[in-house]
Amino acid sequence: MNTRDRPDFQVIASWVQPGERVLDLGCGDGALLKLLIEARGAKGYGIEIADANVLAAVQSGLNVIQSDLEAGLSGFEDASFDHVVLSQTLQAMRHTEAIVFEMLRVGREAVVSFPNFGYWKHRLDILQGHMPVSERLPYQWYDTPNIHLCTIADFDDFCAQRDIVVKERRVLDEGRLITEEHNFLGSLAVYRITRG
Amino acid sequence: MAGIGIVAAQSAHFDTPLTLRSGAVLPAFDLAFETYGTLNAARSNAILVCHALSGNHHVAGHYKNDPDNLGWWDNIVGPGRPLDTDRFFVVGVNNLGGFHGSTGPVSPNPATGKPWGADFPVVTVDDWVQAQARLADYLHIDSWAAVIGGSLGGMQALQWAINLPQRVRHSLVIAAASKLTAQNIAFNDVARQAIITDPDFHGGHYYEHGVRPLRGLRLARMLGHITYLSDDQMAEKFGRVLKTGAFSFGYDVEFEIESYLRYQGDKFAGVFDANTYLLMTKALDYFDPAHHFSGDLAKAISPATAKFLVVSFTTDWRFAPARSREIVNALLKNKQEVSYAEIECSFGHDSFLMDDPQYHALVRAYLERAVP
Repeated sequence: MNTRDRPDFQVIASWVQPGERVLDLGCGDGALLKLLIEARGAKGYGIEIADANVLAAVQSGLNVIQSDLEAGLSGFEDASFDHVVLSQTLQAMRHTEAIVFEMLRVGREAVVSFPNFGYWKHRLDILQGHMPVSERLPYQWYDTPNIHLCTIADFDDFCAQRDIVVKERRVLDEGRLITEEHNFLGSLAVYRITRG
Repeated sequence: MAGIGIVAAQSAHFDTPLTLRSGAVLPAFDLAFETYGTLNAARSNAILVCHALSGNHHVAGHYKNDPDNLGWWDNIVGPGRPLDTDRFFVVGVNNLGGFHGSTGPVSPNPATGKPWGADFPVVTVDDWVQAQARLADYLHIDSWAAVIGGSLGGMQALQWAINLPQRVRHSLVIAAASKLTAQNIAFNDVARQAIITDPDFHGGHYYEHGVRPLRGLRLARMLGHITYLSDDQMAEKFGRVLKTGAFSFGYDVEFEIESYLRYQGDKFAGVFDANTYLLMTKALDYFDPAHHFSGDLAKAISPATAKFLVVSFTTDWRFAPARSREIVNALLKNKQEVSYAEIECSFGHDSFLMDDPQYHALVRAYLERAVP
């Protein structure tokens, strides 16, 4: 996973209090987890499937569990973490709904970030007849890992239909916080959600 | 990279009686061991390597007069290797009940002056940890930087962390399980039956008869060996290849796999002691730290303060990844520190002995970060 250019990391870090327990799903090389531990005094584990990332996380001295997220979080107890984080991975998962429910089972709250498909540049690409390719969606249609893209409005509906409470939402573009017209101006959304 | 080179076995004698889990008491005992690297002034860089069913204290290097007898885990222990002897003081020990110099069935029973044979008390993983702790005392090692082992050795690494938490800072549990399944026990019992029913077994007192239950031991090893390999690996290595290229319509060796297994069986029976084999399989069967906690493994592991690295191998069906996950899940439940890796390696249970790049890099990285 590319750890450069992850503007959502600072947002997520601001939501984590010292001593809180974090489970980072698809933790990559552990950059976010390391940040949360070193800068925020959190404790936690990462889950990661790729060998190279597991090795990198161990090299960073992190607790990492090699496991496939698509199989859920069995083995993790209910409400055993303060935050369960899924950073820019939701859109690449097959079992989208299942993983969100698993996050809400294992965590007091779930933190989810994803690229906003409703971002104006993406809309413009579509209007011009092409699949969007952007900073947040850097893939061509034929080699993208992203199979479940959504807009901010879609994710809001998803939560509302499932009695999931949105505690907080931050929307970013080029590292800056977007304060209005989220679904149009924001390229990256970060949510804190809990069970209703 | 060159290995550790020439090593020498040592022996330590302990004459404070050791009460075993079974209630039996060993009035005195010896442990054979080897060390590699240098113990630092703070005595903080010691790693204990626990052996599996057929291992011993000869973990790395070779003896001066026996250059071909390379230690059983030489590929991971040595200068610049994952258990880096330039940094760590690595200790290998032959467990109680062994026959490579530690007190076991071939040793004289002080009560009779004759070899213990079948009268040697059945030992458990708990007993081994207790005996190994005596060796740690002997070497003036208050706490191990790490205890590491694969298979039955991994069980010892786990038991150490449970029984003597203040003496283990890291526990590396590789290709292990928190207990054997009925299938595992079944394999072990067939192996034991092969030995016990061999006419040369003489109720375990074969030493006095000047014979050894070679046929039984050979069969036991052949059976065991099948369970250590993966189906895919066997298919790839041997397939249905015939030694002579055609059926001979008889019962001699025909398929390559038969030839391989018989060779492995003969080789093992030639050098291993049958009573030790029985003891080791029994220690495996009995291992179950959760036994006294109504099967609650998390409760059993909760005294441990060590950090854990748990490793399994995708093709290991003897101690499958799911068994390792049970250990990981118990640790997670307790909010204990653990990393877990599932290594893709085609060598089945034996993978833990192989020089797999991801596996070795992981052990190296874990120890480098964990032990300053």
